Amino acid sequence: MSRFKSNEKKETPELNMGSMSDIIFMFLFFFMVITTMRESSLKVHFTPPKATEIQKLEKKSLVANIYIGAPINKNENTLPPGEVSVQLNDQTIKAEELVTEVQNFIGTEKESRDAEDRDKLTFSLKVDKDVQMRYVNTIKNELRKNNALKINYTASKREN
Amino acid sequence: MSTGAMSDISFLLLTFFLLTSSINTEQGIPRKLPPPKTEDTQEQIVDIKRRNVLNVEVNYLDQISCNGEIIMISELKDKAKEFFANPTNSDELPEKQNKLIEGIGDYAVSKGVVSLRNDQGTSYDMYVQVQNELQRAVNELRDEAALQYFGKKFSVLDSAAQKSVSTAIPMSISEAPPMDYGTQGAAQ
Repeated sequence: MSRFKSNEKKETPELNMGSMSDIIFMFLFFFMVITTMRESSLKVHFTPPKATEIQKLEKKSLVANIYIGAPINKNENTLPPGEVSVQLNDQTIKAEELVTEVQNFIGTEKESRDAEDRDKLTFSLKVDKDVQMRYVNTIKNELRKNNALKINYTASKREN
Repeated sequence: MSTGAMSDISFLLLTFFLLTSSINTEQGIPRKLPPPKTEDTQEQIVDIKRRNVLNVEVNYLDQISCNGEIIMISELKDKAKEFFANPTNSDELPEKQNKLIEGIGDYAVSKGVVSLRNDQGTSYDMYVQVQNELQRAVNELRDEAALQYFGKKFSVLDSAAQKSVSTAIPMSISEAPPMDYGTQGAAQ
């Protein structure tokens, strides 16, 4: 029986922590590579509608975002009758400046890309699902007038 | 050398990136807007035969009508599929035009166009759902054609074959200017 008795003198060997830091570093690099900082803070509530037939946009650098939704803060600029804001970059825009602001936005977004990439620039409409179409139609009209024709209706994945 | 401190630091960095990262890839339904109106295109009214148009309208109560008949969103996909495919060559459904397509050969391409019209008061959610169902109808038809001619699903074909299938089954949605029977005061 004595051979089954555990040797009381035996101690657990100390763990070598060197490999752990390697693993952690691997994780770290993984997250560093996939991470993208949100470049502008959201000023509007935005819950995308759900859809099944969604496609991924190829290049993130060729996407410009337009947010439409109910404002988070009460003092944001809104479009009449005052329930919905449009956010370009990190500001909500005033109703009377809508036309010029959208025009400037499209202009600067196009200019910041290389000439050969300008046609591939996609304007991603990030619209809250409860917004009425009148606001979306206004923005779409402005985009069309300014020859920004590639758009994307942001939606999240739904299984059937 | 003690590696304990290093692992602490990398843990800190790791948690930082874990918290700040968002793996949201840009995804959605891509669409192309028609080119802006100019003086010479304004007059141009394309004459399309009645049978070649599927009128889809969405009102401010988010109800859908399809050629004057009120339908549920779940029925829209099959309606659109039947419209684009016209499997029985019915007189009511769109005409087809034979085209020679690379990799497929002679194919009867449907002349059907979906005319989509929404109200200013339609919710964006419903608008996306309608776009989604129309896209789904076309995607299913493309998958069927891809299986038939190339033996693979559309999404795994190479780009040349995808282009052929897309020419055979075009995605033709035309958006009419919105109606405004909205409830409260209009925005514009």
